[in-house]
Amino acid sequence: MSGAKAISLHVAVIILLFALNFLLPEYHHGVLARVMVFAVFAMGYALLFGYAGLLSLGHSMFFAAGMYGAALPVLHLGWSAPLAFVAGIAAGTALSLLIALLALRTTGVAFMIVTMMFAQVFYLAIIYFSPWTRGDEGFALDRQARIVDLGGNLVDLTNPTARYMIALLLFTIALFTMLRVVTSPFGRVLVAIRENEERTRMLGYNTFANKLVAVVVSGTVCAAAGAAYALLFGFAGAGFASVQYSILPLLWSLLGGAATTLGPALGALFMYYLVDITSGYTSAYLLFVGILLMLLVLFFPKGILGTARDRWARWLP
Amino acid sequence: MTPLLTTRGLSRSFGGLKAVDKVDFDVMPGEIRAVIGPNGAGKTTFVSLICGRIGADAGRIDFDGQDITDLPAYQRVRKGIAYTFQITSVFAKLSAYDNVALAVQRSMLDTPDARQSSKALRGKVMEALRRTGLEDRADAQAGTLSYGHQRLLEVAMGLALKPRLLILDEPTQGLSDAEIVDFIALIREIAKTATVLLIEHNMQVVMQLAHRVSVFEAGRMIADDTPDAIRENPVVQHAYLGDGPDE
Repeated sequence: MSGAKAISLHVAVIILLFALNFLLPEYHHGVLARVMVFAVFAMGYALLFGYAGLLSLGHSMFFAAGMYGAALPVLHLGWSAPLAFVAGIAAGTALSLLIALLALRTTGVAFMIVTMMFAQVFYLAIIYFSPWTRGDEGFALDRQARIVDLGGNLVDLTNPTARYMIALLLFTIALFTMLRVVTSPFGRVLVAIRENEERTRMLGYNTFANKLVAVVVSGTVCAAAGAAYALLFGFAGAGFASVQYSILPLLWSLLGGAATTLGPALGALFMYYLVDITSGYTSAYLLFVGILLMLLVLFFPKGILGTARDRWARWLP
Repeated sequence: MTPLLTTRGLSRSFGGLKAVDKVDFDVMPGEIRAVIGPNGAGKTTFVSLICGRIGADAGRIDFDGQDITDLPAYQRVRKGIAYTFQITSVFAKLSAYDNVALAVQRSMLDTPDARQSSKALRGKVMEALRRTGLEDRADAQAGTLSYGHQRLLEVAMGLALKPRLLILDEPTQGLSDAEIVDFIALIREIAKTATVLLIEHNMQVVMQLAHRVSVFEAGRMIADDTPDAIRENPVVQHAYLGDGPDE
């Protein structure tokens, strides 16, 4: 059964990441913790883009909603990290529901532009309310707020291992949630909407309602990533709400394979190191990033794992 | 007996063209009804109004005694109106199994008692594939199936919805003679459990299957009778059959 194969692969990925905690040198250990959080962002995005076929250019607002939803209560109200994390997720859910109700009245290119405009409004609002949000400069979170009391055990989120393990936990939950969703009847409906919405409607589906749920799940997962980023790395800044952070998850998904469960994470990892390594040699690193992206699009049009699925492993979810 | 489906004064225009013009139409439960007419007579527009793909400008549609004129398409499907497309529009990138599963899992949502187990789903999907003779091709990508098999898959999806009214839009178009023979048998089989509304160009198929035939021309229904009466009807002969026997 192909399902068992897929689950084994996903479990193996988690075990590998767990083992890497003990094996990696300090620098790469820190990078991987960050990449895992970005990978959650990428997965949330890919669920909507890869499976439901809705191309949004505004997902930075959901990431930022999670980030500020968590960081602002810590800064102004002195909330503890777990409570702030929940607040960040709630902010993302609420925002994605509102955006979905408005933006889903459009499709295709219009949807892309409308989501981008809403994200721009969100970004400018953060700048506008600089007295509270500290705008572009951003703000660091108090170390004290990032020490979490878990049933008597103090977990220090500034500790690299704690940070890595929490990022891994979040990544694991997101990955298996995604696997569960895309292999469920609901996932099948999302793919059907992507392939032919009219036909899906004529099978008795309320496609608007299904897309609405997809946007909210996607936005909520992205907000969880944003909230985790703020709490784990102790920083919130308007840069994360900028258009760049709407395009990044799109690139990560495209690179790794938008309609695969592991592709977005792979894309995030690949891209992070690509920028990291090339920028070590030259200030024109974006040139190399661009060339490599073009080569990938030429030879792996469905992303690394999407193409791998077409050619070698049809069972990949 | 009350009709399963009635339309009264049903109209729809595109720009200045009256595609469907004040049509009064009744279908009895259990009937196989053929809709014929020259190209552009408004047949597809008419059935699209019934299944809700497009909205009516005027008139009303009743299904099973209920006014469905303003219901969105997906709710009409849930009431039991299934539509199979004229231009084959199966989900080409999904397997034949997934195509039918989409139809089955939807109808399973309507019966909350039935456990939503993947096993029950699988059973029902394979049943629909078996009825259309596609069970060997369950795992094939729908887009790679032959044209005839894609048409059958389309019917399998319609069947899996457990419709009370199955609308088939030119189902035999592009099929070989041998395939058409099988298709006629399949539609007879389907008609045991559902009312069938059939748009069809092939007069042989119409004469063999239909209990009644409705003839459309320029958006109007110009005749509505038994196949034999339609064959003898001078108005129909003039409008539709022309001089030749078939076109």
